Amino acid sequence: MSVQEQVKVIIAKQLDIDPSTLEETTDLQEAGFESLDVVEMIFNLEDAFNINIPFNANETDTSQMKTVGDIVRLVETIQAGAVPKAGNKPAGQTPDEPSA
Amino acid sequence: MRRVVITGIGAVTPAGGTAGDTWANVAAGRTAIGQIENLRPWPLATQIAAQVKQFEVTEHINAKQANMMDRVSQFTVVAAREAWADSGLVMTEELAELAQVIVGVGVGGMVTLDDSFHRLYFDQNPRCHPFTIPRLMPSAPASQVSMDLGLKGMTFVVASACASGTHAIGLAFRAIRSGDTDFAMTGGAEACVTVGTLRGWEALRVLALDTCRPFSKDRSGLVLGEGSAMLVLEELEHARSRGARIYAEIVGFGANADAGDLTSPDAQSVCRAMQRALSDGRLSPADVGYVNAHGTGTLMNDLVESTAIKSVFDNCEKPLVSSIKGVVGHTLGAAGAIEAMVTALALKHGLVPPTANHSEVDPAIELDVVPNTAREIAITAALSNSFAFGGLNAVLALRRFSTAAA
Repeated sequence: MSVQEQVKVIIAKQLDIDPSTLEETTDLQEAGFESLDVVEMIFNLEDAFNINIPFNANETDTSQMKTVGDIVRLVETIQAGAVPKAGNKPAGQTPDEPSA
Repeated sequence: MRRVVITGIGAVTPAGGTAGDTWANVAAGRTAIGQIENLRPWPLATQIAAQVKQFEVTEHINAKQANMMDRVSQFTVVAAREAWADSGLVMTEELAELAQVIVGVGVGGMVTLDDSFHRLYFDQNPRCHPFTIPRLMPSAPASQVSMDLGLKGMTFVVASACASGTHAIGLAFRAIRSGDTDFAMTGGAEACVTVGTLRGWEALRVLALDTCRPFSKDRSGLVLGEGSAMLVLEELEHARSRGARIYAEIVGFGANADAGDLTSPDAQSVCRAMQRALSDGRLSPADVGYVNAHGTGTLMNDLVESTAIKSVFDNCEKPLVSSIKGVVGHTLGAAGAIEAMVTALALKHGLVPPTANHSEVDPAIELDVVPNTAREIAITAALSNSFAFGGLNAVLALRRFSTAAA
């Protein structure tokens, strides 16, 4: 299975939908992702691909993690050894991170 | 209406082994967050926590009794003994029968759980210590306080994650105001700085790696803490008749649920919880000079909480707002109790504790968060906020004690 197919399977399982309904351009939030889904997806991706994704809900810029295609690129970038730098997030938050 | 006052306080926190030491360090904004010590060696990304260091339980509780308790109960019993002694109450059979013990606990005996499961699964040792269950049961801290002090009124633990301590005090306050009892020993406790718990929090991706900076633009998450604070609540006329020292009056309690997202708070719902506490305490927003914020130091909590505060105090002067979590970390079940105690002391001393570790103004917050230095100012009334995972909000309204009717 390609990275894209595996990513689709992981996301589809979390959303309880058929992987074939996901496109590269599918927006995760529009598809039904809620606050903890991003964190759970990261966990599942790390398990499936045996990688470490540097993600802190307080710091990581999620603007590049909006679509299925974004996630595929994230995994491929990390697999290639170039870990994207976690940047500070601009004001105006997305509602997809836990806050305790 | 019957009035409820705080007549005794006790605490074991990262900032100090007593209520007095805790207050001194919180007021000075001296952070107790540091390198984690005494942890089972295991790989962790998190290297920091706000731990209660130099706690030698046998200095307070004899070894046989302490052996029955998880660390969370040990903290609670030591804090409750201090609060009891501080109140000056003299035990009578009537008092013993009436006194309720209500303690907020987030997760309970995690040190026992971690040790037992490590022994069972990792060491492959099939034998469990016979006190495993009585030590780890979530209700143990309340039971241990009841047994230790001989308090025989209704006794139980309240669990509402990060709002547990506030819910506990709120329920004890209502029990006294309604006439169900004249006394309660109430507060909160937590002791979950274990590898398993830290790993779990790491997986939520909300822990800060450097320190906790509530309301600061560069805040990067929360830091776990541990400890306990216990308060003696007493019906006012009883307290007066014996000439008790009164720290502050509790006048209102507002609690609700978001019924929405598991981890993202809802500004409108949080706002309604604060408004409920105000109306329950017959306070108008203009009476409130200080809000002790939940202020976890996560991006989202601090933004949502400040939005809610601005909305509650829309038509009056904004109160001072500070979070003590830069000093004591997030002590989960204990947090609301430590913060209620600190709020009572702020009212009594006319000194608002600072938000420690504040390094950069966040223009989105738009509140005076008392950065780094305490502020001397007489306050009439204050709120103490707690907002938990699962959307459980609890807010206490306190008033500086005066003999005039509230």
